[in-house]
Parts: sequence; C-alpha cells; structure tokens
Amino acid sequence: MLNISGLNEGIVIDHIQAGGAMKIYEYLNLEKLDCQVAIIKNARSSKMGKKDIIKIEGPLDIDLNVLGVLDHNITINIIKDNRIANKKFLELPDTVTNIIKCKNPRCITSAEQEVPHKFKLTDKEKRIYRCVYCESKFKGN
Amino acid sequence: MKHLISPLDLSVRELEEILNLGQAIMKTPEKYSHVCEGKKLATLFYEPSTRTRLSFEAAMLNLGGKVLGFSSADTSSASKGESVADTIRVISSYADICAMRHPKEGAPTVAAMHSGIPVINAGDGGHNHPTQTLTDLFTIKELTGRLDNLTIGMCGDLKFGRTVHSLINAMVRYDNVRFILVSPNELKIPDYLRQEVLEAGNIDYIETNELEKYMPELDILYMTRVQRERFFNEEDYIRLKDSFILDAEKMKYAKKDMYVLHPLPRVNEISAEVDNDPRAVYFKQAKFGVYVRMALIITLLELSV
Repeated sequence: MLNISGLNEGIVIDHIQAGGAMKIYEYLNLEKLDCQVAIIKNARSSKMGKKDIIKIEGPLDIDLNVLGVLDHNITINIIKDNRIANKKFLELPDTVTNIIKCKNPRCITSAEQEVPHKFKLTDKEKRIYRCVYCESKFKGN
Repeated sequence: MKHLISPLDLSVRELEEILNLGQAIMKTPEKYSHVCEGKKLATLFYEPSTRTRLSFEAAMLNLGGKVLGFSSADTSSASKGESVADTIRVISSYADICAMRHPKEGAPTVAAMHSGIPVINAGDGGHNHPTQTLTDLFTIKELTGRLDNLTIGMCGDLKFGRTVHSLINAMVRYDNVRFILVSPNELKIPDYLRQEVLEAGNIDYIETNELEKYMPELDILYMTRVQRERFFNEEDYIRLKDSFILDAEKMKYAKKDMYVLHPLPRVNEISAEVDNDPRAVYFKQAKFGVYVRMALIITLLELSV
C-alpha cells in the first residue's frame, strides 16, 4: 500500500470508483490549485474491492455537491488538526450544467455544440437526473 | 411569457380553459375572425409536416392574422449552420408567435430559452408533440363530454409513438382513467412510462396483444401504425401485423358510443371500411386540431376575446 502522510487540514474525497479520480480532478479544476493534491488510484477497499482517493491540503472553497451527481458512493471527510473533524454529506444539486454530458444522439445538444449540457434532478430519492432538452436519463455510477 | 413545449406545461385548469375556448370558437368562428389582425405567426419547420403546418397556418389565418416561415431546413439559414438560438432571436423581431418543428429533441426548448415571443413545439423528434395531444384531448372531451372516468385503449406502436406517450401523460391527471395497452410484445410502452407514470401514479392499466377481447370495454380506441421497420424479424411482423388492424369485423365488438381516434397518417392499420362508421372520428379529429390551435394562439398571445 502506498503511504501518503496524513493531512493536517484539508479534504479527503474517498470511495471514488476505481479509475475515476482523474475525472473528479478535472471537474473540480484541481489543476488550478497551488496546494498539495494527492491522487491514490486502486487503493484496497473492504467495501468496494478497490477505490480511488483524492487528498487536498489546506482550506478549500469548492462546491463539492456536484460529486454526488458523478458518483454517489463518494464520501467527503473534512480534516482539521490531523483528524476527521466532520463528514460532509453531499446534497444533490437541483441542476448541473456542463458537468455531465447528454449521450442521446437525437438530442439538440448533439447537433449544436454551443448549447450547454444542462440536467435537472427529477427524482431525488432515486438520484435521477434528466437532460432539460430531451429528458433522457443520465446514467452515472 | 408562456411557451408550449411539453403537454404538461399547461396545468389542468389552463388546459380546460383552452379546450373551452376551442369549443366556443368552433360554435361561432366568425366572432374570432379578427382577433389576430396585425399579428404574425412564424412556422419554423426544419422537417416537412404538411398536416401540422397547414393546421397552424389555417388557425392563424382564421383568426385574421398572417403567416410566414419555412417548411424545410434546406430553405433556411440552418443549411448555413445557424443555431436554433440565433434563428429564434431574429424571428422574434419578425413575428409575434412561433411554431417550431425540429428533428432534434429539445430544439424548441432551446428556442424558448432565447425567444422574445411565445414558442409552440410542433414536434421535436420522437419526444413531444403537445398540440397533437391538445387535439386528442379536445376530441375526447367534445365527443364524450369528459376527460375523467374513461377506459382508453391504445393500439399499435406504443414504444415509439410520441403521441401515445404524450396522451398518457396528459390523461393520468384525470380521475378514474383506465388504459388498455394493446401492442406486440416488442412495441410495449417504454419502461419509464410504466414505472414513473402508471405504476407511480397507481393508474389502472392492462398490457395485452388481444384487441378484440378488450374492445367491448373501451370508451376511446386510439390507433397507431405498426411499422415493419421496428420488428426484429420479418416472421414476427407477418405473424402480428394483422392483429392490430382495425376493420369492420372488429368494430362489431365495440360499444355504440366508443370513438376511434388516430393521429394520422393512417396506412393500413384502420381499414377504409371503418371510415363510414360514425364512431370513426379521425378526420373530424384533424378538423378539431385547427380550433384548438386557434385557442392556443389566442391564449399564448394573451389576447382578450
């Protein structure tokens, strides 16, 4: 197991589907951060078999709720003084724009590139997002 | 400013007002013949549709208004790559209201987001066709006097038939509506409609491939065409195609006051021998479409009558 030293203060994005960390990295624009960011790929997990983890050092002002759309298994731990201060529950946003893409080839978004890919939460309980244009379901994790 | 993109954009009360206005127009059309004087309807049809387009144009002309537009993407700036958003921004300066048909799902939604005038979805791919639904509801209400307490049979292509999906979505809002869904197994209604609309709404429905068995129970029979190209193999199509043809023989099983609707065009799924049966109302249904579109135009333009 690779060892990365614990965070004094920061965020741990845990239980990312194995291989999915780079997508999360891009969605959160983590390349723009100056602080330390560690990506662990294929870590062992009793719950999932294997998983990815992202550790971000330092205080952070990022909207993480969008992660719930991409991967509903993701958990967020807020670290303070080298320990988990609290776990953040991801609230599903009512709409997401240009985070996930509509894959329906019959949708207007496939014909006109400047149309933003916008999805609406239509079933909170079942975590169903639908394209606001063609109403097809987004199939996430 | 209101648009009509999906049939559910209208509340039950708003729908009732439009249907009532449509009935009033039908009774005394001359009273409404100048309501839209000085107004223009733009018909932006990116794919051909003679019936819907002419129905809209007739509606606007009947109201004393004028029409302009295009009837295929080839003859418009869409062929130069102009986006729907840019097109509607320009058209908003030329007309007071617009009806759009587009092969891509959601195109009228994009138009509504950028439009300075009301947008009516005249059909977007296999997605919605709300004015067909209004026409269907108007027909049912005009002939039966009600939209509740009905047993509605839907027969043919229930999987790809957008008018079927739309009508189901609209009718489940009324009390005590029961559906008898008749189709080959390969063309049953999509899962989302079964689970998220019928099951979730506790709606009474049956799925079957036996039309004659359930005919005596129907108040309305909504026919659609079973298309050869939807079948996975030719043998199944040949075996099943005649099960879903309505003919005079099958009409013997129907109630005296059952009505047969069809969004048209019909091919062979309703035999011509049924046309003279007074219960066959599909051509009357097309005529009703003009009145309901007149009522819709008046409503969206917020004109007083």
